[in-house]
Parts: sequence; C-alpha cells; structure tokens
Amino acid sequence: MAEKKYDWAAIAKNPKFVELHHKKQAFLFGWWIFSSLYYFLLPIGAAYAPGLFKIKMIGVINFGYVFALSQFFVSWALALYYAHVANKDFDRLTKELINELHL
Amino acid sequence: MTLKNIIIAASLALTVAAAAFAEEPKNAPAAAAPAASAPAVPGAPVVAAPGATAAVPAAAAPLTKKRELKANKAITLSMFAVIIGITLGVVVWAARQTKTTADFYAAGGGITGTQNGWAIAGDYMSAASFLGISGMISLYGYDGFMYSVGWLVAYITVLLIVAEPCRNAGKYTLGDILSFRTDPKPVRAVAAISTVAVSTFYLTAQMVGAGKLMALLVGVPYKTAIIGVGILMVGYVVFGGMTATTWVQIIKAGLLMSGAFLLSVLVLAKAGFNPIFFFDQIVNSPDIQDHVSKLVLKDGIVLNGIDAGQRFLEPGLFMKAPLDQISLGMALVLGTAGMPHILMRFFTVPTAQAARKSVIIAMFIIGGFYVLTTLLGFGAAINLTPQGIISVDPGGNMATLMLAQQLGADISPILGDLFLAFLCSVAFATILAVVSGLVLAASAAIAHDIYVNVIKDGHADQHEQVMAARITSLVVGAVGILIGLMAEKANVAHLVALAFAVASSGNLPVVVLSLFWRKFNTAGVISGLVVGTVASIGLVMVSPNMTYPKLVAKGAEKVIAAMEKKQAALAPGAVLGEKDVKALEKAKKDVLDKDGTSIMGLSEPILKLKNPGIISIPLGFMAAILGALLFPNKRAEEMFDEVYVRQNTGLGMAKAIDH
Repeated sequence: MAEKKYDWAAIAKNPKFVELHHKKQAFLFGWWIFSSLYYFLLPIGAAYAPGLFKIKMIGVINFGYVFALSQFFVSWALALYYAHVANKDFDRLTKELINELHL
Repeated sequence: MTLKNIIIAASLALTVAAAAFAEEPKNAPAAAAPAASAPAVPGAPVVAAPGATAAVPAAAAPLTKKRELKANKAITLSMFAVIIGITLGVVVWAARQTKTTADFYAAGGGITGTQNGWAIAGDYMSAASFLGISGMISLYGYDGFMYSVGWLVAYITVLLIVAEPCRNAGKYTLGDILSFRTDPKPVRAVAAISTVAVSTFYLTAQMVGAGKLMALLVGVPYKTAIIGVGILMVGYVVFGGMTATTWVQIIKAGLLMSGAFLLSVLVLAKAGFNPIFFFDQIVNSPDIQDHVSKLVLKDGIVLNGIDAGQRFLEPGLFMKAPLDQISLGMALVLGTAGMPHILMRFFTVPTAQAARKSVIIAMFIIGGFYVLTTLLGFGAAINLTPQGIISVDPGGNMATLMLAQQLGADISPILGDLFLAFLCSVAFATILAVVSGLVLAASAAIAHDIYVNVIKDGHADQHEQVMAARITSLVVGAVGILIGLMAEKANVAHLVALAFAVASSGNLPVVVLSLFWRKFNTAGVISGLVVGTVASIGLVMVSPNMTYPKLVAKGAEKVIAAMEKKQAALAPGAVLGEKDVKALEKAKKDVLDKDGTSIMGLSEPILKLKNPGIISIPLGFMAAILGALLFPNKRAEEMFDEVYVRQNTGLGMAKAIDH
C-alpha cells in the first residue's frame, strides 16, 4: 500500500479540492448523461419514429441521415468542450490545490 | 515451479473457455438462416463459408452481375513483406528499450498523448470496422451507418469517466485499479480472470477472421495464415512489449486512415465532389432499387423505382429488432470503457492531461474513419451494385476491397491491383495491431496480477517480473494460435458482442464504483465481476447466437422444398447449378438432426436478444452495489479519500510510474 506521505483525508476536505470535486462531478456526469440520451435517441427513433427519419431535408438526404451524422459532430464538440473546460478550470484548480499544499 | 503451475492453469482455463464456444456450432453458417448472409456483428469479418451464397435464395444474383476479387499475389505479398519488415524493425528498436516491468507493460509511461491517440484508434478499429461496416452500408444502406455511430459515442464514456482517473489511480492492469482499497488477492484474481475471458473471446474472433480473410484475399491456406499472424503477434509482444505494440498500432492506424482517405477521394471524384449528386446517384441507381425491392419484399412490402432507392437511405432494412440494437448500443457505450486492452493504453502516457488528449485525438480519428466509411459503403453500392458485392461475399465484407480494385483500375489496370494490394496489407496490419494489444492485455493480467501479486505477494524483482511477462505472452500467444486453428469451422461472430457484453456488465460497473463510490469494497468488486461476467456469458448461451439444430432442420426443409420447386421449373433434363446442388446436399444433412438441441440442451433460444447488455448490465451494477452493501468494509471506506484525491489530482502518481 501507499506510503503515508500525504494526509488524504485532509486534502479531501480542503475547500479547493471540494470545489474541484463538485465542479468536475457535475460536469462529467451531466454531460455523460446528455451524450448517452442523445445517442439512444438514434436507435429508438429509427425503430419507433420512422416517419420522422424519412423527412427529406437536403435533396434526397433525410432527417435520419442528418441526425446520425450529427452524432459524430456532437461527440466531437463535446470532447473539445470538455478539453477546454478541463484545461482551463479543472487543471487550474488542481494546480492551485497542489501549490497550496506545498507538495 | 509456481510459474510453471500458473502457466499450465492459465492455458487450461483459456483453452476450456474458448473451446466451450469454439467447439459448438460445427455446421455454423446455417443453411437457411438469413443471418448467414448478414455482415458480421462487431468483430472479425466473418467471411461466410462457401455454400452460404446459394443458401440464401434471394441472393440468386443475375449472372451478369457476377464479379470476382482476386488480389495480385506477388504485389500483395511484397506489400505484406514491407509491413512485416517495418514492424520487425520497430520490435528490434523497442526490445532494446524494454528493460523494466514499466517498460514492458506501459512503455515506461513514455508515449505522448498524440501517439497514444493514434495507438488507441489502431487498437480499437478491427478488420470488422474496416471491412464489415462498409459492407453493411453497401448492402443495407442507412442501418450500416447507424450501426457505426455507437462505436464512436462509446469514447465519450472513456473520455469523461475512465481515462483520467485510471491514469491517475492505476499502474498496468484492471486489477491495479480495483485492488487499491480492497483485499488485493481475491480482487486481482477475479479481475484477471475477467480480463482473460474478454481478451480470449475477442482474440478468437480476430484470429478466425484473420485466417479466413487471408485465405480469401491472397490464397494462403487458413492454418498457415493463423500461424503466420500468430508468430508475428507473439514476436511483437514478447520482444517489444508495449512499446512495439504501440508502434504497430500507430502504423496500422496511419495506413488505415490513408487507405480510407484515398479511396474516399476517388469515390467523391466519381460524383464530381458533389454530395447532393452522390446521394442522388444512390437513390436513382436501378440496381440499388432492384436490390431494395427484393429486400422489402421478404417483409411483404412492394416498393419499386425511386421509392425503393430512397428506402436505402432509411432505417430498418437490416436492424429489425430495436431492442437488440439498444442492447448492443449499451454494450458498446459502456463496454469500450471496460475493455482491458483499451484501459491499458492509458497507463502508457505520463499524465492525466496526456490521457485526455489521447482520447480526443482517438475520437477524431475513429469518428473520421466512420464518416469516410459511409462514403465507401455507399460508393461501393453505386459503383459495384449490391448484387455484384453479394456475388463475391454474401455478407458484403469484400465491398471496400472490390471498390479499391475497381476505382483504381478505372484509372489504369495496374493501379487497381496496386490499390487492392495496399488495402489488403492495411487489413493485414489491422489484424496484427488488434491481436497484439489483446495478447498484451491478457498476459499482463496473468503475469502482473496473478503471478507477481497473488502468488509472489508482490515480491518479485524487475528481472523476474519481465521474465514472467514475456513467458506469459508467449503462452497466451501460443494458446491464441491453437484456438484459432481449432475454431476454423466455428461460428465466432457472436464472440465480439460477447466480449463487449462482459466488459460492460462485469468490468465497467466495478471500475466506476471503485473510482466514485465511497462504500464500495472487496465484496462489491467480486460479486459485480462474477455476476456481470456469468450473466453475460449465460445469456448468450441461451440466446439465438447459438446453433439450434431443430431450427436449422426446419430451415433446411424449406431449402429442400425451394430447390425441388426450382428443379421442377427447369427444362426437362437440365440440372441445378453447382451451388444449388451443394446447398441441397447440406440441407439434406441438416434436416436429419430434427430433434437435436443446442449445447445447452435447448431446442430453441430462451432469450430472444442476441445482445444481452440490456439485462446483464443492470445485473452487474446491482450485484456490485448489493455485494458492497451486504458486506461493508470500514477500511475501504476510509481509503476512499485517498483514491478520490489521487484520481482527481494525480498526487502520488510518480510512484505508479515506477521510475
């Protein structure tokens, strides 16, 4: 097991860590649920709302195709957004926390 | 002595596990089962056995549409030789750098985020993604495209939930993450068994696919292909460890992307780089219209002309069981993040930031590839016609390769051969990269978790650990070759789905709960892993994935009746075609086993779903939570602060890198 170099319980109670933990938890699980819901709309919609998927949007290209394609862009956008927030907020908070602990 | 015992035990366990699945359906491509003509479910390009073509009555393509696919052996084999040469060079270089355990399992933590991103993509995209999905699109249109989406969305779970915490809290294996605040010995043992199970299922599917693909493409006999691929994979892993495996995966991902990109440009050029025109071509192609008409006629729907063409862009031609699709989607979205060979990739980068970057890069590569796959699939349908694709392989697995040959040959005949040979070698590199990753993950579980930490209590010096890792890789690789040889005739399509089911129902719940739930403990890990794994395997054993001789016999009766009708319709004195005769012979044999049962003693499946995820994932989570609540453990709760701070901040990680 790990050598007791850090007082983990104390760090866990540090306000900086609590802030990091809350922000991160809300972001990660919130967006994870969003992306899962968005994804499952695809097979569910294809099965139970075929009429919607057939609606033509651009020429012969229908809503179903655009929606499936949008899954890719939504995933990429979410990945980039996460990278942005993590690089800006989460990493900064972590760094501040570590500095504060003089580690 | 102990090392010897463990190796014997491990290889036995592996063989038994695989044999249970591999041995079963000897007459797999069931004559009348329409599934035989379906593209492989995720995983190896399951090239339907000869005979299956004739077995699907609807596939009786007009003779004029008959096409052939034959790679130029000399060009293809020399391209293979180039790839083997380059990768062996990498292995020699990597072997010199592989001295410590951290080098062997995690490339010394010295892989950059970008490199790891390419390696994840290379590790993940199997020949089935490359050949199977585009084939599915070329035959069933929209459904193939919809199917590919889940494979990318899965990475959101990896990115948000597991990548960074695993980098911060883990070392080399799944067992490392799970054993942090639990009783390490039983937890590691169970985690190792689950890892070996997932890897073996996946590896078996890959090996069989590899053998069949090589046999079909370059005419190398199945057994030779398996042994060749097997020796290379063992060589990469044993000598080069993670460093060599990583670079083989990077090279493969690069080749795959350039092949797909080049081919997409040719496809788009055919449509004058006008996407609207491209889609108009699909809808207006008389061959596609005819193909779709026949497809929907089976469901009793009459659709002709442009309406049939438009139908190709709408869902429901292939995926007719929505619950099964949702179930598969769940297994993908949660299972990818529980795949041991994917998890292992995060230990190769130095920091959580690099892990984050690597997932994002992998997402762009993988997603980009699937978007290109759509172009290839639809492009194949336009330029080769679905009938032409079916005539070469009823599952459509050859569509991409045929397209390369055709579009290359349209420019100049030699270019067709060259392009086809290039894509064949991409498929070859793809197989090598995926199997190497799997062998490494399985041997890390056996050598690091079971041998070093369970048997040796963690008291093994660097030299001994690396030695154990190398010997285990050799054994795992040898067992992989053996299974590949044994499973030639087996139906392996469901094994990849099974691997994802186990990863999503067994591994993922316990990883997530270990990282995020204070009350989680040893009992929770063990009950979650055991129930999740057993439930997935058990449900697949009673699902339609297995062969049910009684149902096969019923189908065979229909084939015989159809053939007799066909015979009667022929001019007097004329005989049935060679394929029809073969199908008839097979049907006559199948029909005899009227009262046969599946290996579980069932005459028909209990569960209607092919993918057990929708049942087994909640079961896995519930078992993990119940186990933890029933047997609370104070120490595990107290240590949660440490796990949680570590996984969020990376504090204490220097130790984990082992420098």
